[in-house]
Amino acid sequence: MLNISEIQTIKHDVIVIGAGGAGLRAAIECSAQGLNTGIVCKSLLGKAHTVMAEGGLAAAMGNVNPHDNWKIHFRDTMRGGKFLNQWRMAELHAKEAPARVRELEEWGAVFDRTKDGLINQRNFGGHRYPRLVHVGDRTGLELIRTLQDHGIHQGIEVHMECTALDLLKDGDRVAGVVAYWRETGRFVIFQAKAVILATGGACKAWSINSNSWEYTGDGLAMAYRAGGELMDVEFVQFHPTGMVWPPSVRGTLVTEAVRGDGGILLNNKGKRFMFGYIPEKFAPETADTEEEANRWLKGDTSARRPPELLTRDVVARAIKKEVEEGRGSPHGGVFLDIANRLPADRIKKQLPSMYHQFKELAGLDITKEPMEVGPTAHYWMGGIRVDSDTQETRVPGLFACGECAAGLHGANRLGGNSLSDLVVFGRRAGLGAKAYISKLSNTPKTDAGQIQSIVKGATDILNRESGKNPYLIHEDLQNTMQKYVGILRIEEELQTGLVELERLKKDTASVKAHGTSQFNPGWSEAIDLRNLLICAEAVNRAALERQESRGGHSRLDYPGERDEGLTFNVIISKGNDGMNVRKEPRKDPPKELASMAYATLEALEGRHGS
Amino acid sequence: MPHEETKGFMSSSAEACTGKGTCHRGGHAARLGANRRTDLWWIAPLLIFLGFSAFGVYTAWAAFQGQHYYAHPYLSPFYSPVIFVNTAAAGAAPLEHAWLGLWPDWWPAILPASPAFFILIFPLIFRGTCYYYRKAYYRSFFATPPGCSVGPIPQKNYKGETFLLVVQNLHRYTMYIALCFVVILYYDAFVAFFKDGRFGCGVGTLVLLINATLLGLYTTGCHVVRHIVGGRLNSFGSCECGSLQYGVYQKVSFLNSHHMGLAWVSLFWVGFTDIYVRLVSMGILTDLNTWGY
Amino acid sequence: MAPKRKFRVWRGQGTEGRFEEYEVAVDPGMVVLDVLHRIQAERVNDLAVRWNCKAGKCGSCAMEINGKPKLSCMTRMDTFKGNEPITIQPMKTFDVIKDLVTDVRWNYEQNKRIPNLKPKPRDPDGHYRMAQKSIDRIQEFRKCIECFLCQDVCHVLRDQDKKDKFVGPRFMHRLANLEMHPLDTVDRIPAIRRDFGSGMCNITKCCSEVCPESIAITDNAIIPLKERVVSRYYDPVLWILRKIFGPKKTKSCGCSK
Repeated sequence: MLNISEIQTIKHDVIVIGAGGAGLRAAIECSAQGLNTGIVCKSLLGKAHTVMAEGGLAAAMGNVNPHDNWKIHFRDTMRGGKFLNQWRMAELHAKEAPARVRELEEWGAVFDRTKDGLINQRNFGGHRYPRLVHVGDRTGLELIRTLQDHGIHQGIEVHMECTALDLLKDGDRVAGVVAYWRETGRFVIFQAKAVILATGGACKAWSINSNSWEYTGDGLAMAYRAGGELMDVEFVQFHPTGMVWPPSVRGTLVTEAVRGDGGILLNNKGKRFMFGYIPEKFAPETADTEEEANRWLKGDTSARRPPELLTRDVVARAIKKEVEEGRGSPHGGVFLDIANRLPADRIKKQLPSMYHQFKELAGLDITKEPMEVGPTAHYWMGGIRVDSDTQETRVPGLFACGECAAGLHGANRLGGNSLSDLVVFGRRAGLGAKAYISKLSNTPKTDAGQIQSIVKGATDILNRESGKNPYLIHEDLQNTMQKYVGILRIEEELQTGLVELERLKKDTASVKAHGTSQFNPGWSEAIDLRNLLICAEAVNRAALERQESRGGHSRLDYPGERDEGLTFNVIISKGNDGMNVRKEPRKDPPKELASMAYATLEALEGRHGS
Repeated sequence: MPHEETKGFMSSSAEACTGKGTCHRGGHAARLGANRRTDLWWIAPLLIFLGFSAFGVYTAWAAFQGQHYYAHPYLSPFYSPVIFVNTAAAGAAPLEHAWLGLWPDWWPAILPASPAFFILIFPLIFRGTCYYYRKAYYRSFFATPPGCSVGPIPQKNYKGETFLLVVQNLHRYTMYIALCFVVILYYDAFVAFFKDGRFGCGVGTLVLLINATLLGLYTTGCHVVRHIVGGRLNSFGSCECGSLQYGVYQKVSFLNSHHMGLAWVSLFWVGFTDIYVRLVSMGILTDLNTWGY
Repeated sequence: MAPKRKFRVWRGQGTEGRFEEYEVAVDPGMVVLDVLHRIQAERVNDLAVRWNCKAGKCGSCAMEINGKPKLSCMTRMDTFKGNEPITIQPMKTFDVIKDLVTDVRWNYEQNKRIPNLKPKPRDPDGHYRMAQKSIDRIQEFRKCIECFLCQDVCHVLRDQDKKDKFVGPRFMHRLANLEMHPLDTVDRIPAIRRDFGSGMCNITKCCSEVCPESIAITDNAIIPLKERVVSRYYDPVLWILRKIFGPKKTKSCGCSK
């Protein structure tokens, strides 16, 4: 039997799991609040998926268009999220984002400038005004590097290449987390008064995705196992533009900034097909001729936005439809053309990493030829259910922020709202943890039995004589999800998906990793699979429960939004014998916010009667 | 404050290896020239070695000649400006070209009376401390390292440019001198437009003019110039309004990005200019010109 | 059937190891990292290799391919002509943990030694103002993805083993980023010379050659820093001027609005 006292123990006031934008921002806040803070990350510091965010960070600073303010940002976010967002979160987010941007600048971020020397802002899908603070097309890198460079001077302890396995609890409260060092495979117990999850999403469950190996929903699954609730997980964002060729990079993100800067989508007939997919709700604000769209791009404020900049769910479904009806590109996508829209030197200046990415990986010069793009699983709108103000989950002492938390984005996320989400709610989670710890009368204790069973669950994978190859199970899972729980869903397929997932769960129970525990990717893969399966099942069940099409969730058998859909959130929790699914009624929004979200732009901008 | 269980900032379960010889390095050897590259990495350093050597040998030979450096009205850049002149030498500059007149008596007899001796040291120290040339000869002549991810000459205690080579830091002074030379060479080219008081132009005139221009571009594209005209500043202003200084900095930066090319072309051309003047002076080559003689 | 190709991959832990040969089917468009993943999935589940974004944006998968420091996710297989086996090794500058994974913690410790930005006060309206032309230079450095290929190829670290005297190219341009920042108020020049070892670089430019982000590390970061160090420490005329007129304040080219 395992001797618990031999396991390394590290004590912190707060342990943050995940070192992307949200985790780092949360850790910085905790540290600033005087807490002894540790941060655990699966990879090296600064490699988290935040670096892949390209387009920018949405904040209504009004540097480019002075009409912009938080109310319009709030309205855009609610409309983009099909009004299923947590009202309070959308409010806080829109209000606080500009302050977080200024803070980043103070910490060393070097954003692109306007002619007056202010922070420049660019247009993006779903945002009424140029709102995305950016650095070319590598804004995520700027964000993470800034937080990293600032954070390491704040006394945060960074535990790199360390994977969290499961949370420890003392009664109801969280008491820490058990993890293992990737390098040696040894286990480590982090004792903490509060734990902040910032582990991102779980798009690694689909075969075409834009995520790295890390995005296996560890935080979601850990919170689920610890008694937390998952909310809105049926809403998975399929980013409309991922690479489709060559196969090895299928799914890799092509930033929306390509469209924001004038790129257009064409089918194989050369037709700009997005004009045919403008939803009724957005028709008054969307251009219906190419001429008008071009005028808008040149900065004509009386013109309406090009349809390529409709919300991501709309564009992704349109692309899928074009491809299914035989109007796709040779490799099963559509064409995204910037070459004929901007001069080559501007493309290289404004979209350098896209230029580089296609040049190096696809051997294609985007200043000369159109790209081939198609939808790719990109982002989890849903996640762990949290309190809007403090980011505390249903488990006392457990907080969640960033992509792994639910609420801000509702049924669909606007581009650029994720980076602002990270910094706004990362900070709030830190403050929430501080408030929780201040009220704590005694330090939670860890339980040897829990530790033992967590460790055993991990070592069994190495110790069993034989078993299934984790890589093959993962591939199987990805194909299952892509096939049955993809962009367009239907009852029968979802049911088949559930059956398949049951089979995969059995396979995973007997998964075997070869080799030792030292830096063993096969072992990590097997451990992560367990989390991924929980996430996959949660999406599947939630997708069955929501019988309508809204945002990132499209049911072929229930087309269109239904009023009833706005009255509940789908909540997933762990039951005694499997997953519980229930509809949680939504509270009525505060009157003021509701009137703001449904207001006309003129009213919000104070331009009555125009 | 960190707890006892963790060791500082980046904690991990294993002791960091100090890397002092005890750790195996993933199939990498450590001797001079050791590498696993499959491309022709050695060609560039070899060509540089041959190019510099050839130029060095020719320059030394030309300097020791002390004659045939002047072909009316052309003066070889190796010999410009003429400080003292030994009018007795074949193909020497006329007396009025010499800044300080006739060759001095104190000159040691074992050295030929060559005006180049007063000159060549200056371009040599300018190029010798140039950031591009440093890269080139550290690689090609000193093998520190000979190529990227190729084993360098083993040194017990590598000091870089912190010990004897700290003199490289005087590059900016050699640049000031080099700029004076550019002015003088332009003057030489200007003079070469007049033969016996008559305005005209010959191939030699153009060779001299191109030489001065290439040296000018090479010198003004130098990293030190870039530093002086703008590199030392942290800001070119806070708004997008015009700034002369920024314009100059941009232009110098452009030249600087072609510093290697200009270093080689100007080096080649200055040697070629000497050869041209020498051949004309020796009567081997006839200078085509508008003067007709 | 996709054509097969031989790979010699370094396998081992810490100080021990050997090259192992694998024959792998190579499909069109594959990069070296795909090959390693294929070996991992089909042959050696526990082959250790770091990777994340697989698009050249995170800098995790740095290694040496046919003797050249490279990102394996950005090295396309069709760039290898002929049929020779392709050699894949971990980076040399850092100690091997396992297979292709090296211990790069030293780099993170260097970053911690560098004093971060301390900006001057904001304009009265709460904004900072910087012209794009003033920040173009430092934005180049901020493209860095911390793959540490420059640290790997730099002979001062790689072969001369002077990690105690030189922070390496990655952190020289981090220092340049801070020193050239229009808002910064910290003076790092003495430390750049003394602690961070600007004089150890002999500008042989391999760092610039291997940088996957094409940052001109030597020309745009290290040499400008060296020149600033010269102005402070090695320029006799400036030294005399400072003695007479007192230390010069950092000047910025004025542009009154």
